[in-house]
Amino acid sequence: MGEAIVITSGKGGVGKTTTSANIGTALALQGKKVCLVDTDIGLRNLDVVMGLENRIIYDLVDVIEKRCKTHQALVKDKRFDGLLYLLPAAQTVDKTAVKPEQMKELVEELKQDYDYIIIDCPAGIEQGYKNAVAGADKAIVVTTPEVSAVRDADRIIGLLEKEKDLESPKLIVNRIRYNMMKSGDMLDIDEITQHLSIELIGIVADDEEVIKASNHGEPIALNPNSKASIAYRNIARRILGESIPLQPLEEANKGVFSKLKKFFGVR
Amino acid sequence: MKNRQNVTIKGTKGGLVLHLDDRCSYQELKRELDDKLTANLRTQEERHLITVKVEVGNRYLTGEQREELKELIRKKKNLVVDDIESNVITKEEANRLKEENEVMTVSRIVRSGQVLRVPGDLLLIGDVNPGGTVIAGGNIFIMGILKGIAHAGSFGNDHAVIAASSMKPSQLRIASHINRAPDSNPLTENREMECAYINDNHQIIIDRLQALIQLRPNLTRLVEGGH
Repeated sequence: MGEAIVITSGKGGVGKTTTSANIGTALALQGKKVCLVDTDIGLRNLDVVMGLENRIIYDLVDVIEKRCKTHQALVKDKRFDGLLYLLPAAQTVDKTAVKPEQMKELVEELKQDYDYIIIDCPAGIEQGYKNAVAGADKAIVVTTPEVSAVRDADRIIGLLEKEKDLESPKLIVNRIRYNMMKSGDMLDIDEITQHLSIELIGIVADDEEVIKASNHGEPIALNPNSKASIAYRNIARRILGESIPLQPLEEANKGVFSKLKKFFGVR
Repeated sequence: MKNRQNVTIKGTKGGLVLHLDDRCSYQELKRELDDKLTANLRTQEERHLITVKVEVGNRYLTGEQREELKELIRKKKNLVVDDIESNVITKEEANRLKEENEVMTVSRIVRSGQVLRVPGDLLLIGDVNPGGTVIAGGNIFIMGILKGIAHAGSFGNDHAVIAASSMKPSQLRIASHINRAPDSNPLTENREMECAYINDNHQIIIDRLQALIQLRPNLTRLVEGGH
């Protein structure tokens, strides 16, 4: 019996899809059987980021409306030996085509065959969000060190806390620019975690490589030399229950690092 | 028993008191009150208004009946009802009163978009984040950081206060008064252990928490029994 994790943020453009793709990839690299589910019906792009766009035959709505079997709609990622699959969103209809109960049923079905179901949530707090959260057991909130993103994350956490079946959400701070954070032009990680007061599960530095990789349809997590890749791999390992200290943002950056270590309870 | 009077008028230090007996029927009472006041009117020819207090003992009066009695008395030219006093209230009113006087303790974070509303005083163990709102009929005490909106005395109580361990509100409201955070945000300023109250000029003032000891002695609920 697998575990369903929804990746959400409230605000658009903070990196939900990139995070979903990379956490899924990193979990598959750890040998777990993973199914990515794109619930952004009408505006799908997890398939593009994964480079699986032209292999789509059926989609999420086809499955919900029983036009095909679930396994027929799943797109297999050839880079992993049967470990990573994607259930793409439909592009021709909108979010009202699916109801939360139907999503719940679908996720339950997928949980039988997969270790992890990673659900990519659309921006906003309307129907699409409700669908995405319906079947999830856990939630990860993605935010960036910007006031507006943190504000929306706060709102989303409030909504997630109301869901009875959901564990307390975890936080990823994405697109960190070390220099701006140091000069005080960007919110500090401590500030963000204190404000949102949920557990931090990872920090990802702003990295041009991420954009390059996304555009090539290759999740950055596949490239072992990138900082962002290591960050995503670490997040995956933390999901698996390992306790790993946060990476330093910069080599010289001992001050913030030690604070972060303290936050995680590492000596 | 027949001769016993249901309506008695007494003059006291505090003014005229109309005592209405609580053992007769309401209709009977009304009739007698009308008779008595009409009779009295002839003997008294004073021009200025006299305020009277009405005591109804253990009789429960509905809002309608209260109005009816007030109207009845008011019609007698120089009498005005100051207050109707009854020894009894409904369970509903009693519950409301109890709630309004209770301190409700809540342990959570009030996040953006959330509204926490209590009828009485609020003791919040946690923060109010920007975009979050706490509303209390009475006072608000926040053990964490107030970054959102706090509204004390929401039923119109001007004496309500707001206190927080760290006061960085986007808005403060007490009764019908509103105070907004300054646009230039002096983050450096020490905003710890502060309180907000309405002063004599009807403005919301932010001060040290300790100021409340002088300003709102009524906050103390404990009846001291010792030295």
